[in-house]
Amino acid sequence: MAIVNMTVNGRAVTADIDPRMLLVQFVRENLRLTGTHVGCDTSQCGSCVLHVDGQAVKACTVLAIQADGSSVTTIEGLSAAGGELHPMQAAFREHHGLQCGYCTPGMIMAAIDIVNRKGHALDETTIRDELEGNLCRCTGYHNIVKAVAAGAEAMGREPIRQAAE
Amino acid sequence: MYAFTYHKPSSVRQAAAMLAKNEDAKLLAGGHTLLPTMKQRLASPSALIDLGAMPELKGIERKGRSVVIGAMTRHGEVAESAVVREAIPGLAELAELIGDPHVRHRGTIGGSVANNDPSADYPAALLALDATVITNKRKIAADEFFQGLFVTALEEGEIVTKVSFPVAQKAAYAKFRNPASRYALAGVFVAKRGSDVRVAVTGASENGVFRWTAAEEALKARFTAKSLEGMAPSPDGMIGDIHADSAYRAHLVGVMARRAVQAATSR
Ligand SMILES: Cc1cc2nc3c(=O)[nH]c(=O)nc-3n(C[C@H](O)[C@H](O)[C@H](O)COP(=O)(O)OP(=O)(O)OC[C@H]3O[C@@H](n4cnc5c(N)ncnc54)[C@H](O)[C@@H]3O)c2cc1C
Repeated sequence: MAIVNMTVNGRAVTADIDPRMLLVQFVRENLRLTGTHVGCDTSQCGSCVLHVDGQAVKACTVLAIQADGSSVTTIEGLSAAGGELHPMQAAFREHHGLQCGYCTPGMIMAAIDIVNRKGHALDETTIRDELEGNLCRCTGYHNIVKAVAAGAEAMGREPIRQAAE
Repeated sequence: MYAFTYHKPSSVRQAAAMLAKNEDAKLLAGGHTLLPTMKQRLASPSALIDLGAMPELKGIERKGRSVVIGAMTRHGEVAESAVVREAIPGLAELAELIGDPHVRHRGTIGGSVANNDPSADYPAALLALDATVITNKRKIAADEFFQGLFVTALEEGEIVTKVSFPVAQKAAYAKFRNPASRYALAGVFVAKRGSDVRVAVTGASENGVFRWTAAEEALKARFTAKSLEGMAPSPDGMIGDIHADSAYRAHLVGVMARRAVQAATSR
């Protein structure tokens, strides 16, 4: 067993875990933050994307213990339950960027990471390139791309209500 | 995954001592090759030694005529580095073509080089740029370092600490990606320094990364894509699988080489 300390969505957490535990298991099973999904479990699909120290990572391919000392943000950290949605979440709803919703948390965490790296004015080619690591089997991506562009712009307009990052 | 113990030493010296003590221990860098392998139970190290806590393995530096990159530097950092963009733009472009943004946030140059996957991108850059792999024990020229499928010159307990890339006058990488895995079906890095030209090919050969000497000779005569017109390596020994047969791969090597030269000459 090994002791891990990290900050998740602004809250300090400590746990005694098996070093084998993946970060995605840790947030889902130990912290009950089940918004982060497990899709392929082989680092292809991107359903498990969350942020570690402000960077999008595939949490099925990171050990929880590797995130020791880090600050982690999951989809739950973007907006308070029942509260106002993060602009990227709002854009996905507005533009119908989801159907079954399975890939959506990963898509949104990836989208915010794109904005953090590439800014608020994103063209379609950039968005499609940057979503390389996130698979969606329902939408055909079209509305996701629209949602990301709109969400990026909205994040630039609003005085950033930075989530617990 | 089988059980293992986890260690996070704070220096390369400590990590080497742990490796020496523990025969089945493995180094953990970005984990983006090792962890999937362990999840499939194709690897079962008794201990993981995480290289993530060592500042000495991180960072990118211009040192005279070379760019020196620490082993734990992530692909994304190389892609975005102003130093690399300025000195060897082709190397930054290569890093940007690895996997996807999330993979680039975790995967490291040291891990990629030590793993020597036949379809990995960095080995082509090291070989074409005549880079030197620096370990905790010695310096190894790229020509000696890569020795076939997943085989390198690294000895038991040896740790890659840095990779040093001499700056080239002209250099570029062209990659034909498998659209699903994003690994190279064929990737070609070309580099010109003075009268020397090196052409390294990844993704294509059953023996891993290799230098395409016929193309090098043709480009030494004149460094232009035209010099390679109609050329392709022999399909013998090229990988043939469901993604591409060996004749198609050989063809792609020719196409990628011309594109790389085109890119190198047009900046
Ligand atoms: C979805 C996906 C797509 C990918 N696409 C590409 C691609 O297009 N192109 C490409 O090139 N790669 C690709 N990769 C691989 C990726 O670049 C890996 O990150 C890389 O190959 C290994 O680096 P790592 O830091 O993750 O190493 P790890 O997985 O941590 O380690 C790999 C091996 O190297 C050893 N090792 C690590 N560091 C050192 C060191 N400093 N000294 C000695 N030995 C060491 C480890 O013990 C282990 O055996 C992809 C990976 C994934 C998951």
